[in-house]
Amino acid sequence: MPAVDIAVEVDDLRCSYGAVHAVDGASWSASGGTVTAVLGPNGAGKTTMVEILEGLRRRDSGTVRVLGTDPYRAGPEHRARVGVMLQDGGLPTRAKPVPLLRHLARMYADPADVASLAERLGIDAFAATMTRRLSGGQRQRLALAAALVGRPAVLFLDEPTAGLDPHGRLDVWDLVREESSRGASVVVTTHSFEEAERVADRVVIIAGGRVAAAGATAELTSGGSLEELYFSLTGRHTR
Amino acid sequence: MSLAAPPRQRILAQAGFETRTLLANGEQLLVAVVLPALALLGLALASAPDLGPGRRVDVATPGVLALAVISTAFTGQAIATGFDRRSGMLRLLGTTPLGRDGLLAGRFLGVLVVEGLQVVILGGIGLALGWRPDAAGLPLAVLWLLLGTATFVALALLLAGTLRAEGVLAIANLLWVLMLGLGVLLPIDRLPTALGAVARCTPGGALGELVRAATQGLATPWWGVGVLLGWLVLGTAGALRWFRWSD
Repeated sequence: MPAVDIAVEVDDLRCSYGAVHAVDGASWSASGGTVTAVLGPNGAGKTTMVEILEGLRRRDSGTVRVLGTDPYRAGPEHRARVGVMLQDGGLPTRAKPVPLLRHLARMYADPADVASLAERLGIDAFAATMTRRLSGGQRQRLALAAALVGRPAVLFLDEPTAGLDPHGRLDVWDLVREESSRGASVVVTTHSFEEAERVADRVVIIAGGRVAAAGATAELTSGGSLEELYFSLTGRHTR
Repeated sequence: MSLAAPPRQRILAQAGFETRTLLANGEQLLVAVVLPALALLGLALASAPDLGPGRRVDVATPGVLALAVISTAFTGQAIATGFDRRSGMLRLLGTTPLGRDGLLAGRFLGVLVVEGLQVVILGGIGLALGWRPDAAGLPLAVLWLLLGTATFVALALLLAGTLRAEGVLAIANLLWVLMLGLGVLLPIDRLPTALGAVARCTPGGALGELVRAATQGLATPWWGVGVLLGWLVLGTAGALRWFRWSD
């Protein structure tokens, strides 16, 4: 599939909750075939911004384009091209993993093969367990599979490896790289510098609702560590 | 790269998923089938409470069908939606090609499928006990059950979209029990006057009276249609105004 030049575009985005400016004039973009890590302290506005990009929240002002479309109230054909992994999983309590994935696959004309996706993420090992009985790591894997089942062109992953063991993290990182290799633009919000350094082509650091830095990971750090850059931009220093 | 499946396929898939989830849920089956069946057996076979004129089974069965609609369209839907809202399932489905409209359509269809099964089972028990509904009134009874379903789904969404999941669970069950005694199972004219006046204002009381009148070949109590429509408008307007997709 040809890479889309600009898959995700955020320009002077603003969103407030009462007097709190959660996103306060953020601008950045992401291309097709790349992995973008969005880093920032808790409350920096990452989740609000990603929810706006996912079409779940309305912005106050600014421009947002995902695959050239305003995601808020976008139609089913747009949603079919965007995969979402929510921070809280979004998994129903009364369903089993593989039937849930098969159900989600029916929403797409040409979905991924559920059996191989489940095998790839180790979901077949707990295929018959009710979702409410899954461990945190198992839920993460299932939520990731749910985001991938539509073979999206843009993938939003909110802390995809939180709670995963080292093997699980490697599995997820491999999958993220594979998705970008086939042309998808992957946007990962994370608190892990290791994750950002290992999988991301580009990094966007958010502080106080604004973009403190954005660019290719290697260029931004210019020989230093991402951790040092992050703390210098977000108001703390490494010890 | 995926395209969306056709709308019909998406909605039918959601309806099937909803139906399977409801049928696999023991507590929901208890409220939807077992308790209404016990109520039917109890009312039809016992001699008390007084059900008024007509054969007991002819009065009890339509009331139990109304109760079945309340169980599935109101209590079941409110609780399922409340917990799906808390788990983030509503938001996740909102990002898939199904979307919010498809989710609502799928849910409504799923409710109708389960209600169809309830009518077959509970109606079957009623027939076995000697229920003889007025054939000419049956289409009207179905119409009232459908109107009741729309009303109760709207009220369920209003409740589930505005309160926390535990609150929804408590209130949906409490209202089920309250409505059961307010003109759903017993004809309103069998209730004390003050209680009857309250029952006439409730959607459960209106639905019970309408279905009883239709299946017994009695004149339609049109006030009941007004009450159901009123609650339908209130529930729909409230849900449109206040429903929040995230907890």
